[in-house]
Amino acid sequence: MAIYHLDGKNFDEVTGSGRCVVDFWATWCGPCRMQAPILDEVDQAVDGRAKVCKVDVDAEPELAARFGVMSIPTLVYFQDGKITGKAVGVQSRSQVLAALGE
Amino acid sequence: MTDIIIIGGGPAGISAALTAMHRGKSALIISSAPEDSPLWRAEHIDNYPGVPGATGRELLTALTEHARRSGAGFMRGHALSVMPIGENFGVSVGPDFVEGRAVIIASGLARGKEFPGEREFMGHGVSCCATCDGMLYRGRRVAVIGLSADAPEEAEYLRSIGCLVEYFGPGRAKRYEIRGSERADTLVADGVEYPVDCVFVLRPGVAPDSLLPGLETEGGRIKTGPDMSTSVPGVFAAGDCTGAPYQVAKAAGEGNIAALAASKYIENKSKEETRDGDISS
Repeated sequence: MAIYHLDGKNFDEVTGSGRCVVDFWATWCGPCRMQAPILDEVDQAVDGRAKVCKVDVDAEPELAARFGVMSIPTLVYFQDGKITGKAVGVQSRSQVLAALGE
Repeated sequence: MTDIIIIGGGPAGISAALTAMHRGKSALIISSAPEDSPLWRAEHIDNYPGVPGATGRELLTALTEHARRSGAGFMRGHALSVMPIGENFGVSVGPDFVEGRAVIIASGLARGKEFPGEREFMGHGVSCCATCDGMLYRGRRVAVIGLSADAPEEAEYLRSIGCLVEYFGPGRAKRYEIRGSERADTLVADGVEYPVDCVFVLRPGVAPDSLLPGLETEGGRIKTGPDMSTSVPGVFAAGDCTGAPYQVAKAAGEGNIAALAASKYIENKSKEETRDGDISS
């Protein structure tokens, strides 16, 4: 599966169905850059059972504001469009998988 | 990819790097400003063999120079988090991140107690990383509590991107408290309230248990085995961060043991990988 890159246009459509994790990140943030390969691993592990998504807060400040992102990386979890969890700071592969119910 | 990433450039970290290089491993030392080290301010160290009467500053300078000449890599910055990535480890340092096959934490004593509200609001209006979160507060009021040597530079960075910075250097206030409801909204410094959108608490180092989830600590000290291994396989610890005595000689010794164990860990892992490769082929 591929990582979904979300913006104001496709955010609700992609997160509206199934299980998702959305990573709010930016290029200037070291912990965010470290989160990226971990999410690649998660994407491999879930094998389509959940969507792994990213929002660049620099390009999408409205989405960051909408979800109260005050520190990055912030990971927000969704089930059929409803928020089921939120975590601030780099998360390990096992932490993300557990939050996705894997 | 570095073989061994060493967090901390004090006697434990330097000793670990030297031993790692002797074992044919590459070593990268991540270190904040030397002025952050309590050793830097030590008037003299009389019980470290070979350098009678050396000042802390002289000793630290000599140690750093030794490691540099041996070919160890150096990176200036604050290690914010350590995380397993596949079979290796990632360490984030300010706006960068580096990868290594093993990690030695030699970060010294976590100095200074957390302020009331600091942990509670971390990520909710409290940040420990100006480069990560500064951009989210452009045009907004932020307070910076500068406890590390390079904190003034980080505050200047925040100003340069448009944050309205209220700076608290050493001595400006004795007592701090961070208050808020859903998120932090006020910094109280010696009883004076400052309404802010974010408080940046810039410390010389991150407490070991927030550096790496699952790392077992006891009273703030990292728990280690006789080979300086920690509760996380592939992660070792040495020096003051493992507990008393807080002495240069003890730190150097532990750095040596940790590097030997880390080298062995990497060698065993390589053997396993070769074996697995043979089976699959």
